[in-house]
Amino acid sequence: MGDSGSIWLPEAMSTFAGEVDALFWFVFWTSTVLFVAVIGVKIYFMIRYRRTDDTYVPEPVHESKRLEAAWIVLPTILTLIVFTWGFQVFLRISSAPPDSYDITVRAQQWSWEFEYAEGVTSFSELYVPVGRPIKLMMSSEDVLHSFFIPAFRVKMDIIPNRYTSVWFEVTEPGEYQIYCTEYCGTEHSGMLAQVIAVSEVDFAAWLVSQNQDLPPVELGERLFEQCAICHSTNGERLVGPSLDARFGTMRALADGSTVLFDEDYIRESIVNPAAKVAEGFQPIMPAGYSSMSAKELDGLVAYLKSLE
Amino acid sequence: MTEADTGSVNYLNHDRSIKSWLLTLDHKRIGIMYLIAVSLAFLAGGILAMLVRVELMAPGETIMSADAYNQTFTLHAVLMIFAFIIPAVPAVMGNFVLPLQLGAKDVAFPKLNLASFYIYLIGVAVAMSALIVGRVDGGWTFYTPYSTSIGNGILFVSAGVFIMGFSSILTGLNFIVTVHKMRAPGLTWNRLPLFVWSIYSTAIVQVLATPVIGITVLLLFLEKTLQIGIFDPALGGDPVLFQHFFWFYSHPAVYIMILPAFGIISDLMGTFSRHQVSGYKFVALSSVAIAFLGFLVWGHHMFVSGQSAVSSIVFSLITYLIGIPTGVKVINWVSTMYKGSVQFKTPMLYAIAFLFTFSIGGFTGILLGVLAIDIHLHDTYFVVAHFHYVMMGGNVIAALGGLHYWWPKMTGKMYNEVLGKIAAGLVFVGFNITFFPQFIMGAKGMPRRYYDYLPEFQGYHLLSTYGSWILGAGLFLIAFYLLASLFKGKKAGLNPWGSLTLEWTHTTTPPHPHNFIETPIVTRGAYDFHLAKHLFEKEGSEMSEVVTSPK
Repeated sequence: MGDSGSIWLPEAMSTFAGEVDALFWFVFWTSTVLFVAVIGVKIYFMIRYRRTDDTYVPEPVHESKRLEAAWIVLPTILTLIVFTWGFQVFLRISSAPPDSYDITVRAQQWSWEFEYAEGVTSFSELYVPVGRPIKLMMSSEDVLHSFFIPAFRVKMDIIPNRYTSVWFEVTEPGEYQIYCTEYCGTEHSGMLAQVIAVSEVDFAAWLVSQNQDLPPVELGERLFEQCAICHSTNGERLVGPSLDARFGTMRALADGSTVLFDEDYIRESIVNPAAKVAEGFQPIMPAGYSSMSAKELDGLVAYLKSLE
Repeated sequence: MTEADTGSVNYLNHDRSIKSWLLTLDHKRIGIMYLIAVSLAFLAGGILAMLVRVELMAPGETIMSADAYNQTFTLHAVLMIFAFIIPAVPAVMGNFVLPLQLGAKDVAFPKLNLASFYIYLIGVAVAMSALIVGRVDGGWTFYTPYSTSIGNGILFVSAGVFIMGFSSILTGLNFIVTVHKMRAPGLTWNRLPLFVWSIYSTAIVQVLATPVIGITVLLLFLEKTLQIGIFDPALGGDPVLFQHFFWFYSHPAVYIMILPAFGIISDLMGTFSRHQVSGYKFVALSSVAIAFLGFLVWGHHMFVSGQSAVSSIVFSLITYLIGIPTGVKVINWVSTMYKGSVQFKTPMLYAIAFLFTFSIGGFTGILLGVLAIDIHLHDTYFVVAHFHYVMMGGNVIAALGGLHYWWPKMTGKMYNEVLGKIAAGLVFVGFNITFFPQFIMGAKGMPRRYYDYLPEFQGYHLLSTYGSWILGAGLFLIAFYLLASLFKGKKAGLNPWGSLTLEWTHTTTPPHPHNFIETPIVTRGAYDFHLAKHLFEKEGSEMSEVVTSPK
């Protein structure tokens, strides 16, 4: 089903991507032919009727009503064909089949959280089974975002206080890029994720492996994927401070004071990021992480300690 | 031509004091002041664009941080849209040319005209003061709730846009009345230059649409200052409502930007083909039709916003209906050359370039109007490229053509024709190298407003940046030889292009302070060259019917 893309379009890896592409190529080639015709005639006229005599004043031409009618009627017919075609494919993209597998998507500045029906959650990686319609129910915790997978030809805005949805059926296993395409602040261009499309069997196995109670450090490591957009653990300066400082050392704050880098500081900085802002950084970390459970917070603290 | 023509009083030399400029009620001087103001806005916006392109030469940080980049492209957009492109053609060339083409002494309300100019300046100043109070990012669309969550800069920008809106409304009102009431005897609607028709259509949109953006930014302002929930979901508002309001203005605003370009292209094609503009009535009336239809397509910016599928379908259909008259116009401009006598002076090169770039902008608009395809292309570089092909490849290229066409009339000086042609070539080549790769990377999935990007897109970005340097070189070359012409340029004749509109045939170069010594009496249409053969009989003649001023 899928193809590996062309000069213009990325690989087509959902069931309806091929239909979108067929429409794209129809409009593309019709437009190209018409464009070349118009420009060709233009260049011919430029050469044929170039001014050779400065005093020559041409007579007006009799305008052919038939020709005029033709170039109104023909484009109208062409565009109505394209409209009807586009409208049919649009309806197919817009309505998910009733037997779809539902996944909840929560977007916030600047990370993606995916929650599966089995109670499993993942960050920055959306696991889906191949060959089964997937429907995403999406909402935003803060500003507008937009969910875009070029390989599947799907896109939908994500709005606070309201659900929007997209659906797709992946045709081949693989990794596909997810982008945020509605401007959402400093790290908008870092708000990326991957679709990991696997077979039904592998998907079931993945769900089971995720469902086990993870040790705190591993839970924290998985949760940290969404923190890693802004915070490194190796001293590299990203949007937020690196979290490589050793526990028990002092950290300089923006207001000139210092703070002991310990469990409580980590915890407070997640729940109430504006309380103690590290020196040299802006207080731009979203407050949305305060909803993390105690277990998740413990996991993150345990993970950071494990890096020592 | 007698000595009296060139040495006589004109609008530039009759009073040279600064005060006589700043308090002038002369539409020509107001037009020149607008020209200086919008040129500075274009320069500032252009430099910001070059910085954006340099930053995007490589993934990750190249010359600035993410926050700096986000503010740079936003400021580029705000300056270019509100301070440059909306006033550019209507306020500069509309002011300078419209009353002359009508055979009028001035616009209907000269004091209001001067007030519009100062309101515009105040608006720009207020909007730019946002730079001092805080950050403004997220592009020129200011979608809520992001825009209201980033500090107080947005208050200044929205207040600035609100104020600039009044300038636009008052200018539009002035032009509508002027066209209705101040045409010279014999200048019937069917004889009007197409530039007048297009400015008239534009004025309708300015008067009807601009209040909506005024109300929208006022609501945004009230929400931010008084915490009334209108658009912000946290306060019980609806962010999609903002998008509806915003595009209800901003789509018609696209026609404020493009309709005047249609007028310039019509005048250029007619004049330099020395031929009637093919389908005159269609070109004239379709501008008015587009002005009204333009109010019914705003939802095509919102196919993936969460609006209902039914709305999307209706908006898609109307989008095609508006595309057809625009396409037919392109065919009309091309067929104007048919059996004409086509001369390739610099202004005409821009008209020729326009047909190429604007057609690409139009055809890619059809692609974007297809519902299923737009889902994939929306908010990618494909849209950025389409937008620039229409706005820059349409409006700016046409405006450059108009500027080169009316420059001798405005200044009384000819620019260097060879440099003019070289610059037109640089602009055309640079423009296409800058923006064509953006179509491809957009279709491949490169989202817009991205500071950082995946390595696979770097080749396209590099090409685009190199193109921007060629484009920039062309534009700076234009600035150079136009300014040089003021000091060293040859004196312009009365009618160097052999045009038939009144600003060329019935007044001096530069025009008299009161435009015409005697009210012109119009006996032919704007492009009825076959009825004016006597003007072209002698090679090198002045081709003018100007009544010379009495000594």
